[in-house]
Amino acid sequence: MPNGNGKIINMQNVHKVYDTGKVKVEALKGVNLKIQHGTFAAIIGPSGSGKSTLMNILGCLDVSTDGVYEFEGERVDGLHHNRLAEIRNEKVGFVFQNFNLLPYASALENVEMPLIFKGVHTKKRRERAAELLERVGLGHRLTHQAIELSGGEMQRVSIARALANNPSLILADEPTGNLDSKSGGEIIELFEELWQAGHTILIITHDVNIPKRTERVIRIKDGLLTEEANGNGNGNGGH
Amino acid sequence: MHIWHFLKYYLHDLRKQKKRAGLTILALVWGTFSILMLLAFGEGLTRQLNKARAGLGTDIIVVWGGQTSKEYQGLPRGRQIRFRPDDLQLIEKMIPEIKNVGGEFSRWGIDMIRDKTVLSEHIVGVYPSWEDMRTHYPSAGGRFINQIDMDKKRRVVFLGYELKRSLFGDEDPAGQRIEISGVPFMVIGYGQDKMQMGMYGGPDVKKASIPATTFKTLFGHEYFNNLVIQPYDADQISFVKRRLYEVLGGRYKFDPTDEDALGIWDVIEGAKEFNKVMLGIQVFLGIVGGMTLLIAGIGVANIMYVVVKERTREIGIKMATGAKRRHIMNQFILEALLVCFTGGVAGILVSILACYLMGLIPVGTGNDPMNWLGRPIISTTIGLIVATILAFIGVFSGLFPARKAAATNPVESLRYE
Repeated sequence: MPNGNGKIINMQNVHKVYDTGKVKVEALKGVNLKIQHGTFAAIIGPSGSGKSTLMNILGCLDVSTDGVYEFEGERVDGLHHNRLAEIRNEKVGFVFQNFNLLPYASALENVEMPLIFKGVHTKKRRERAAELLERVGLGHRLTHQAIELSGGEMQRVSIARALANNPSLILADEPTGNLDSKSGGEIIELFEELWQAGHTILIITHDVNIPKRTERVIRIKDGLLTEEANGNGNGNGGH
Repeated sequence: MHIWHFLKYYLHDLRKQKKRAGLTILALVWGTFSILMLLAFGEGLTRQLNKARAGLGTDIIVVWGGQTSKEYQGLPRGRQIRFRPDDLQLIEKMIPEIKNVGGEFSRWGIDMIRDKTVLSEHIVGVYPSWEDMRTHYPSAGGRFINQIDMDKKRRVVFLGYELKRSLFGDEDPAGQRIEISGVPFMVIGYGQDKMQMGMYGGPDVKKASIPATTFKTLFGHEYFNNLVIQPYDADQISFVKRRLYEVLGGRYKFDPTDEDALGIWDVIEGAKEFNKVMLGIQVFLGIVGGMTLLIAGIGVANIMYVVVKERTREIGIKMATGAKRRHIMNQFILEALLVCFTGGVAGILVSILACYLMGLIPVGTGNDPMNWLGRPIISTTIGLIVATILAFIGVFSGLFPARKAAATNPVESLRYE
């Protein structure tokens, strides 16, 4: 099991309010969260509990309205959009429920995307993307367009893309939600392998089987982390 | 992003928006065609008119004797100033900035007879320098008046193109004889058929030219009708004109500041004015064509807004994987440019074809009306102007949709269905 040294995530009293002009909805009501390097955690909670909002803020896709959020020691709230884009590019890898691949691009091109935005040279980019696809078991599907792949394969491409810039954190939002149980199981196995290899992984899920396999389980309800329980009994703190 | 990957998405967008994209590209083709043809006709017209202007001569001034309007050294105003042949030597000596100077005798209604053809035409007595100064170039097989003709007062005549056709038809007149005022003359050549925009005493194509010395002997003229002067440097023309007033004022005793003493047609200054007018016309035509292209640009902006909307999720995906706003902006501006490029290239090809086909239509020569209009010409400058306008429209029409795309919230984009 990997040993994390230092925190990736440090959230203190983080609030998120959606203001539609007529109605104000407080999706996060003072979240405190610490995630160490090498953590494998599941964030669970009912619909509307603030899971997705939390993931968006964790992944720097969105910013909090109040509170402090530090990503690897760097205060994220209030950062310029370009710096947020750099953090998403270099430090966060997203895996989405609906894969979010470019449909007419090949598996290779999809995986290359974060490397392009980082400015990696074409040859190195190609090699890295091919290596990652090989690693997720898609070495034989490099040139296939995303729309030609099965759900499980698309999610593997999505994981390979998330790994492209060797990020500090992999954020997966219902990664098995659109997959059959066999493919879903394979994806979770892949996450376990990645965790074993030292990656930090946060999975937001409804799938009751996933928390059983993660190191930590973070429960969210009504915009608050009401409970944080160890999943497989090997968690290491946070509140 | 790989260029071919980008092209793949561009083609995909076009396919998804077949009608809209088709009409937009058609509008661009039409806009490009319109501006190119307007500018090409403007260019053709300018070139023809410049050619026609050159029919009178380039970088010359024509000087007539005038009437003094100021009293000078005890002499009254209202005196007639007329030039004599020995003025030419004085001008050449006193104004070294002058490259060529020549006097011109002129007489209308002179009988010219060849066999049974009898014409009453305009004849001029001129100097060999006329050939260059007044672009009196001979057709093949003939020559213009030379110094030996002048020195020996030869009875030789150089016919204007139309006068030659009236007397000889298609026959080569070189070496043949005609009678001028009852005196036999040998034809040494005839002029090329030329367009002539500026003229005094009628077009050169209808005149017969004989050596000035022969003219003086034959008709007994003492005074030139006018002088034609060509400076070495066209930019020195103001100085040359001032010196002419001083030198001729010294000889004929008139005040050098008396402008009425000489009449001057400054062809050089006229050319500058003409070029300004033609530039104005070209700019006007360009603006009219540009407006058409601008409307096509609005079509491009329209289609780009649709493309941005349809690719909202793609924008979200790219932002989630680290694309900065400029990456997103560049992508859509580039796509708008590509739409303009497609329409522009098609428009240019259609225009080149149209110019080629119009070039096949016979327009006549010399002073034929269609020849004055000229043929549409797509010059490099026009190509660059149109390419610049297309690029500008591409960037401009892509800019606003691209800004909209770049300002998209990544969270909302990822949710977009």
